[in-house]
Amino acid sequence: MEFVGKSVNRVDGIKKVTGSLKYVDDIKMHGMLYAAVKRSIYPHAKIINIDITKAKKLKGVVDIVIGKDFPKRVGLYLEDKTFLAVDKVRYRGEGVAAVVAKTEELAHKAVDLIEVEYEELPAVTSGVEGLKEDAPLVHPDLDKYKWAPIFFPKEGTNISNHYKLRKGNIDKGFENADIVIENDFYIPHVQHVPIENHSAIAKMDAEGFLTVWASCQSPFAVRQALSVAFDIPLNKLRVISPAVGGGFGGKAGTTLEGIVIPLAMRTNGKPVKLTYSREDEFVNSFVRQGLHARIKTGAKKDGKIVAVKNEFIWDGGAYTEYGVNIAKAAGYASTGPYDIENVHSDSICVYTNHPVGGPFRGFGMCEIHFAIEQNMDIVADKLNIDKVKIRKINGLKPGGVTATGEQLDVCGLQECLDEVVKDIEYYKKEESNEPNKVRAKGIAFGFKAPSMPNNVASSAIIKINEDGTLHLLTSAQDIGQGSDTVLTQIASEILSIPPEKITIKTGDTDHTPYEWQTVASRITYCAGNAIKLACEDAKNQLLELAQIKLGIYKRDLELKDGNIVSKIYPDKKVSISELSLGLSMPDGSGIHGPIIGRGSFIPPNIRDADKLTGLGDKPVAFWTFGCQGVEIEVDIETGKIKVLNVASCFDVGKVINPKLIEGQVEGAIVQGLGTALFEELILKDGKVLNPNFVDYKIPTFDDMPKMIIKFVENAEETGPFGARGIGEPSMVPAAPAIANAVYNALGIRINSLPITSEKILKALKK
Amino acid sequence: MKYKINFNLNNEEIEHYIDPNRTLLNMIREDFDLTGAKEGCGAGECGACTVLLDGKPVNACLVLAIEVEGKDILTVEGLSPGNKLDELQISFIENAALQCGYCTPGMVMTAKALLKENNNPTEEEVKEALSGNLCRCTGYKKIIKAVMDIVEKGKH
Repeated sequence: MEFVGKSVNRVDGIKKVTGSLKYVDDIKMHGMLYAAVKRSIYPHAKIINIDITKAKKLKGVVDIVIGKDFPKRVGLYLEDKTFLAVDKVRYRGEGVAAVVAKTEELAHKAVDLIEVEYEELPAVTSGVEGLKEDAPLVHPDLDKYKWAPIFFPKEGTNISNHYKLRKGNIDKGFENADIVIENDFYIPHVQHVPIENHSAIAKMDAEGFLTVWASCQSPFAVRQALSVAFDIPLNKLRVISPAVGGGFGGKAGTTLEGIVIPLAMRTNGKPVKLTYSREDEFVNSFVRQGLHARIKTGAKKDGKIVAVKNEFIWDGGAYTEYGVNIAKAAGYASTGPYDIENVHSDSICVYTNHPVGGPFRGFGMCEIHFAIEQNMDIVADKLNIDKVKIRKINGLKPGGVTATGEQLDVCGLQECLDEVVKDIEYYKKEESNEPNKVRAKGIAFGFKAPSMPNNVASSAIIKINEDGTLHLLTSAQDIGQGSDTVLTQIASEILSIPPEKITIKTGDTDHTPYEWQTVASRITYCAGNAIKLACEDAKNQLLELAQIKLGIYKRDLELKDGNIVSKIYPDKKVSISELSLGLSMPDGSGIHGPIIGRGSFIPPNIRDADKLTGLGDKPVAFWTFGCQGVEIEVDIETGKIKVLNVASCFDVGKVINPKLIEGQVEGAIVQGLGTALFEELILKDGKVLNPNFVDYKIPTFDDMPKMIIKFVENAEETGPFGARGIGEPSMVPAAPAIANAVYNALGIRINSLPITSEKILKALKK
Repeated sequence: MKYKINFNLNNEEIEHYIDPNRTLLNMIREDFDLTGAKEGCGAGECGACTVLLDGKPVNACLVLAIEVEGKDILTVEGLSPGNKLDELQISFIENAALQCGYCTPGMVMTAKALLKENNNPTEEEVKEALSGNLCRCTGYKKIIKAVMDIVEKGKH
């Protein structure tokens, strides 16, 4: 292939290295006004009264809205949220009123003048607590909410979704086991920490057309939610995502867009901007849900695992419109990438009075694998079986069956394991030169499927310009992962036109075609397929015209270097540019008109799982499998862990751009390292205690390990050129691989993240 | 009350009036529309707002605008005048040393300052110089490679 599989430079490289790309907060408009939000000081409280009189009198304040002004509930999967609290606040930091003023400073001053009277309510501060019978109810009206029928909220409780998986005979499975062990794990809340904080601008014109500029991953999903919340027809609501400075899921749903819109409706056409501070980003955007995981495993002496019973209790936070699907996705994947006959899983999303849980790179998989992959090592040790071997015995293979009962035709997991064992030199014992330092290695599997509704849609348009260059229109968003480049390469390959002759346009609901969301590691696959189809459509139109022009049947024609060329007589050709506006006939008339290719795509044949058993033979588009190995060094005097080496290998089906995919995996490894060693949103009585970079550390240059990145390419039959997603899966094994290395170094099991020096020292003292 | 200040911004002499409480970052972004420098934290912790002040990298969010009186400011926009990319910018593109791009201008400016000071840094020195710049996308490896490539090229 000419363009696919090549390390093409990023098509958005120049505008990014020069700083000329305008992100939302960089946009200035004439007459711009600024918003600020009054936020709750309680995690759970009734709103008795909001007094805005003083604030409204402040000179420069244009208007103020409160939750009651727009009480309609919205949500992606479960309609449980309003953009400002209406009757009560459900987390500390929830917006109760929003001000628009001439300057940011004035808006903040006005916010301070708003007086809110609360009646404090007892708060739910963990998922486990939220399940107790006497727990305060975060959403007492849950039964009145609307939700997609694939979710199972339980009225009169804090359960917003309870996914159950029942496969085989669990009791018999345990009876037949030689050993049964049970382990508990805890994964705290973390935050995405994109370097760009959320930002949005809204502007309404005299005809009632509303335009929103948002740093969002999914302009169409944002448009849909805003349309419902504010009763704006879709043809009058335009969402533009000009650039996204890092998303990782945090910018997937709707957050502050719903705050600027009602304000923009009251400013007589003036635009309203709201940009989150770093503290806002930590508390008031999305966070990764906390998880309590319990895994009970039954295994035979020979290493075969025969039964798994597990319980995942998710601390979903105040609103779980998005989080319910994390619980479901975790349920589908509840055994990890292992072939196990008897499975009994409960994955429960619980409302708490914590910041709002939402999608975060890995979507449940990073969290459950921290438990599953440590548990696998524990089982191996208990059986006195090698940790690679136990994964060989139980790990999925072609023909194997997943937890939901899906049989796999393709699965490169074992190949990835072999590669990682080799690259990390798993069996080679390394010694530190320093007496207080211990080195060890650890491995972990990871797998993930795109966690999305079955019938999510993508579309693309390809327009051929008069000179044979192209415009590619899609609403897949480049949030850093490199989709602009990879999708351009796909178009290049089909139409045999180099990337520099293609301009990709994204993220404008008025002008670029529908794309569900840029999430779930689905863009190369879903948008890539739509683009492939659009290009094939354009190609077919070109061939139809060329066969008339050249008098050669289209079967014998191909696209090459901007021409349609005879495969048999290469000198017979017509240029794409000549056909771009249609074909001119010898008599001077013309036919067809401009070449515009159209592609629409929905992943084929994904079906709902059974409502009672959770079983399904095709519940997801595909699984991406892989493995990570690490070598660490622990200082037993300080407890400090240094990750020295990492080897990663994933079966991605087809590498479209080697240097970009490598970069994506490197980023995932280091992000995973952060969650493993130091990232935690510290919550006390519902309050985030560390919403800044001093107290919440993310990895820096100093933390970077040496990395060996490899790929296996067993084609995904339905993927463009065989490709499947990688953005999230590559982070999944990072934390458990490190945890397993810690055990191999010191013989201590740290069952909760992050694995801090304090935890190591405390465990060593025992 | 606004104060009059004079400074050199991207090789242009500027006379400007500014409130004493405004930061350098706020001034270059709002008054001069130089939005390459970003506010990632507003507390000098992330480096996304890095510009060069008399050749030294500073967090523009921590510098008061009035402090730049008589000084030279170089922002990422001044690094590539007239669409001609700096070799470091080219190296970032070729090494795929950027993803979302939000930290990139700050990263490039910090690296530029290092190379101006020391045209033959070791990998460790590059890491140390850049350790105040946070990136959440790349895992840093390719950024180091982008800088080291320039160092290597300089040796020939």
